Amino acid sequence: MIVQAFFFYLFACICVASAFMVVAARNPVHSVLYLILAFVNAAGLFVMMGAEFLAMILIVVYVGAVAVLFLFVVMMLDVDFASLKRGALQYLPIGALIGGIFLAELLLVVGAWAIGPSVPQAITAPIPPLNQVHNTEAIGQVLYTRYVYFFEGAGMILLVAMVGAIVLTLRHKTRVRRQSIAAQVARTKAASIEIRQVRPGQGLGA
Amino acid sequence: MTIGLGHYLSVAAILFTLGIFGIFLNRKNVIIILMSIELILLAVNINLVAFSTHLGDIVGQIYALIVLTVAAAETAIGLAILVGLYRNRGSIAVEDVNLMKG
Repeated sequence: MIVQAFFFYLFACICVASAFMVVAARNPVHSVLYLILAFVNAAGLFVMMGAEFLAMILIVVYVGAVAVLFLFVVMMLDVDFASLKRGALQYLPIGALIGGIFLAELLLVVGAWAIGPSVPQAITAPIPPLNQVHNTEAIGQVLYTRYVYFFEGAGMILLVAMVGAIVLTLRHKTRVRRQSIAAQVARTKAASIEIRQVRPGQGLGA
Repeated sequence: MTIGLGHYLSVAAILFTLGIFGIFLNRKNVIIILMSIELILLAVNINLVAFSTHLGDIVGQIYALIVLTVAAAETAIGLAILVGLYRNRGSIAVEDVNLMKG
């Protein structure tokens, strides 16, 4: 139990601290790296909660794809980030105020709240015991049967996002010379070479 | 001392607050705003998984998976819009986003 508490506080503290550094770092590259750290520690929290599959998905999707995408965009855009950061402190009081109100409300809700007595009877798909069915298999058994339309809807969302991202960023440059295969195939010997008789000492210009 | 649902909910609440705080603090920089939205969605996911574990219902984890999908799609589209904006305006400051004002 003490080990559990130790690892919970380890993951939670690093997660919260790196989340703070995400919003407070001066350099956006550092922000992205702190975001990766926050996600890895959140994956640790997921493992502690018994959701191993989601933890691994979090690492694969966020650290492997989303964070790298962020890093790519941050490094691709040639923006003076220092000028964007200037004057940020003037929003600190209002941000701290609203964030503090939010946090106080959320903690009040978390503190003064209890699960209703009828909720445990209303469980849709109970988690099977871990020694019989592991987490990934349990998710698969529910996701591919009862929630298969949601799964396919998620696939459609990803497809639309992919097409949208390509459409938004694809540019046809007019200056670029492209290969025209039809013109290459239609080229004949008569149209491309000419045989001239070159006289010695006179050359072609004469 | 045992780690229960309230601990995880507190962590999620702090992460959520940090996300909102980040949106206010970096309201000029769209990239940090997108990262703050990621933090908010991560807090939501922690809540979903915590309740899923606590109630013994696997549907919360399914829901977290769907949220993860939507978050990834949102990031991809957001960054694509950002790249397009930078190509058109040469800046990613939020104040310069006024093309629709006429």
